[in-house]
Amino acid sequence: MKTIITVLGNDRPGIVAGVAAALYNLNVNILDISQTIMDGYFTMTMLVDMEKAVKPFDEAKAEIVASGEPLGVNVRVQRAEIFDAMHKL
Amino acid sequence: MVDNKILETIRMIEEEHLDIRTITMGISLLDCIDGNGTVCRRKVYDKITAKAERLVKVGEEIESEFGIPIINKRISVTPVALLAGATDDMDCVAFAETLDAAAKTVGVNFIGGFSALVQKGYAKGDSALISSIPQALAQTERVCSSVNVGSTHAGINMDAVRQMGEIIKEAAALTADRQSIGCAKLVVFANAVEDNPFMAGAFHGVGEADCALNIGVSGPGVVKRAIEKVRGGSFTELAETIKLTAFKITRMGQLVGKEASERLNIPFGIVDLSLAPTPAIGDSVAHILEEMGLESVGTHGTTAALAMLNDAVKKGGVMACSHAGGLSGAFIPVSEDAGMIDAVNRGALNLEKLEAMTAVCSVGLDMIAVPGDTPAETISAMIADEAAIGVINSKTTAVRVIPAVGCKVGDFVEFGGLLGRAPIMPVNPFSSKLFIQRGGRIPAPIHSFKN
Repeated sequence: MKTIITVLGNDRPGIVAGVAAALYNLNVNILDISQTIMDGYFTMTMLVDMEKAVKPFDEAKAEIVASGEPLGVNVRVQRAEIFDAMHKL
Repeated sequence: MVDNKILETIRMIEEEHLDIRTITMGISLLDCIDGNGTVCRRKVYDKITAKAERLVKVGEEIESEFGIPIINKRISVTPVALLAGATDDMDCVAFAETLDAAAKTVGVNFIGGFSALVQKGYAKGDSALISSIPQALAQTERVCSSVNVGSTHAGINMDAVRQMGEIIKEAAALTADRQSIGCAKLVVFANAVEDNPFMAGAFHGVGEADCALNIGVSGPGVVKRAIEKVRGGSFTELAETIKLTAFKITRMGQLVGKEASERLNIPFGIVDLSLAPTPAIGDSVAHILEEMGLESVGTHGTTAALAMLNDAVKKGGVMACSHAGGLSGAFIPVSEDAGMIDAVNRGALNLEKLEAMTAVCSVGLDMIAVPGDTPAETISAMIADEAAIGVINSKTTAVRVIPAVGCKVGDFVEFGGLLGRAPIMPVNPFSSKLFIQRGGRIPAPIHSFKN
């Protein structure tokens, strides 16, 4: 299941590592990462494959979202189709 | 995947209130018809609870996976008058209680279809159902009712128009202790559509499949934000921006509808793209019209602005999905729109202007509170005016007015939640009594003869 993870917040060391560790623990494979600083905000989008995740979607999502809390960033997990539907013909 | 597209979608959802307003499961009850009322109601309960058992759960799953809020999960059913007429007891309030119980069991917040279609005349079940509406709405929590009193092909049933004025007054009286909320769950239509997913007017038409899923998408905030970027631009630019935005919103509805219907294993009906405001700040249709350059909604130019908005929304929606349907356009419920309430309070918006606006928007006089002592004939005459606009212009129109018992102009009625709060608006004090007392039918307009 192709899924988009977006991470937004104030920049600090360890954000990529923190979120990636959560994904590793769940056996979620990262397909693509893009990260930038927009107006001082840390902005990262990841395309991941959750097909082989060791937990059901809702539980995996909760863990990924929780990984952002100690880092002070907002993490969102959404299936990729929603972005395709809206922006691709 | 382009990052800013992802961020645009997230911003639409989180900051601009883009949401799936409702996934509404339409369920035919025609196969529940039985001569014995008790048996019929048991069949109705069993069918609804079986078909919609997983509706709320699937809605929540999709909400979580896609990160798009699905605000309401609802059910619409075959107009109950068709079932009630066949039963021995004709106990329509009992039917409403059955629907209410089924809605509670499956966890939906509204169930629509306590309805009768009487545009040309009353069948046996129609009279029984209509006269039971006030009691049914007072006694149940989640049941919504609608009555169709006119159509372009049949003309206007003025007997029904007269009766509905009385029914609305009675519904207000029976729920006087709750700000006359009964009236907020009752819609009087002309040219009602059979696949509308929005409450309170949803019912599952007899031409529909046994079961179908209809999606209502909203997003006034998204449209408002989009047109902020073309301030000072021409109407060509404005219309194009609205159309593109409507397209994007509807695509999301199409995706959710397809996904939900596959998981529930029922056919996907339609996507209804209607800009439906909520009382939340930033979720107002009035503010879109004001963003176009009107100092306040209700001033001169409002009708033109709304006409353009409604049309551009439809054009974007039609392109975006395989089956656009329902009402698709812009709703202008006063109590549910912070901008409309402000406009009434500042004296910019009155009933007469709202009536003109209904000639070009997708529905009608919606969620308007009027003084509690408004005569039934005046309400009937408001219904007649709206029906005339709908019948002559071949569009859906509706009336949902609340003659709030004990309230006068300047007061407010508070319904809370999605129904919002409504300022009491003045009605024309001159009588329509003799006009309404005539009864009979206003013939269908000449342009209905297209065969």
